[in-house]
Amino acid sequence: MGNQESLRRTPLYQNHLDCGGKMVPFAGWEMPVQYPAGVVEEHLCVRSRVGIFDVSHMGEIEVRGPGAEAYLDYITCNAVSTMKDGQAQYSALPNSDGGIVDDIIIYRYNPEHYLLCVNASNAEIDFQWLQDQQQGSDTFHSVSLKNLSDEYAQIAVQGPKAFSLLQRIFGQDFQATLKPFWFAPAIFDGEEVLVARTGYTGEDGVEVFVSPKKASALWTALLSEGEVDGILPCGLGARDSLRLEVCYPLHGHELSPKISAIESGLGWIVKPNKKGDFIGRSILEKQKAEGSPRKLVGFFVEDKGIVREETKVFSPEGIEVGFVTSGTKTPSVGKESGKALGLALVKRDVAEIGQELFGEVRGRKLKLQVVETPFYKR
Amino acid sequence: MEFPGDLKYTKDHEWVRVEGDSAVVGITEFAQEELGEIVFVELPPVGSEFKAGDTLCVVESTKAASDVYAPISGKIAAVNDALGDSPDKVNSSPYSDGWMVKFEGIDAAEIEALMDSATYQGVAQS
Repeated sequence: MGNQESLRRTPLYQNHLDCGGKMVPFAGWEMPVQYPAGVVEEHLCVRSRVGIFDVSHMGEIEVRGPGAEAYLDYITCNAVSTMKDGQAQYSALPNSDGGIVDDIIIYRYNPEHYLLCVNASNAEIDFQWLQDQQQGSDTFHSVSLKNLSDEYAQIAVQGPKAFSLLQRIFGQDFQATLKPFWFAPAIFDGEEVLVARTGYTGEDGVEVFVSPKKASALWTALLSEGEVDGILPCGLGARDSLRLEVCYPLHGHELSPKISAIESGLGWIVKPNKKGDFIGRSILEKQKAEGSPRKLVGFFVEDKGIVREETKVFSPEGIEVGFVTSGTKTPSVGKESGKALGLALVKRDVAEIGQELFGEVRGRKLKLQVVETPFYKR
Repeated sequence: MEFPGDLKYTKDHEWVRVEGDSAVVGITEFAQEELGEIVFVELPPVGSEFKAGDTLCVVESTKAASDVYAPISGKIAAVNDALGDSPDKVNSSPYSDGWMVKFEGIDAAEIEALMDSATYQGVAQS
């Protein structure tokens, strides 16, 4: 496989092989999709115990300077000016059509120093986008941007037993000291790491930013110290089924430059009343007030089968009304309901709870029902 | 992992068991393991005819939808209706309760040309 050569490897590559990880190409990286326990076990382990994920492929961009706050408020839709030191914020980079260049987490050290965590496949695109938005403003131009993606590895520790495990390793009770979406430095093996109470699974837990040279030691410490908790290393498969059950959007699926933030269901991070203008403001403000032409909905598949991404969706009258953005049968919800589920972007008039829709799979029309989201609540 | 000696196999991980004038077909233990949790099997209509290599049915797992190819030519004499309610039988019992279709009008030479257990084991585990 020729392009295998150009795939990047995280500092935890050898650890994945040692754990029996099945490596696949993902967003230009060679990542574990699952380990020997399998996607279902890994998923359930995070829901009931604790699991760790290598998320080192995520990109990190540092934003510094006196104009940093105003600059970030201009390029993101959430309100950066309301953040406090040590706080993290889920946000997005809209384009002028209100579509999403990327969804990001902003970490504020102080009003002149931020770290942005961005999607792996987008680190380069985002960095270019950020630079392009500096043009034409002296204040923005003076902001310093650094792509620090190679200086951080990242390990997510997620599940009900995450905090007790972290306490044994760090000697700190992050559950008590860190509120959700706050972060703080901590020491591991004589070196500073950043611990953020964030995640992508719907369970409580943290994401730890660690230097590439200490990443392997932290991974190993978590696995050996977590053995008594029944810890498992978890791959991309479980990460996807976990996030889908709680309806966290995934870039390239629910989010794209061609889907507006309101359509994606991200209206809650669009703050038209914040200080100053921001990219995409006029259309996002209008859609937030009046509704968007399309809406993201959750569905259960009432017939047997799975309705996957890109499947066309039809109304009961046979009119094409949208497409599926993500769809599978997930371990926790699937076990309980016996049904496959998914998210679809459909016309507003067929987006009500209870609406019957159809997904066309290999020439058969499978019945879907629009249901309340998220599918899973902790 | 089990590869019964009385079956014939294909490189695409189907198995064939001759039963008198007919032949039963399913997918191997290796295949079900690779696919993961199987949630749906789309079986062909009884009476339909296939040539070796045609798409016979579709197996849907939580990971992906995968084609199962007809390992031999023939006419479908029966399908395993039990998979409708319990597609997981393909996972739990790939060589018996998880069978998929039964062919009639089969060609013994075509079946003879398929891989034996030892050869297939080499393919699956390479």
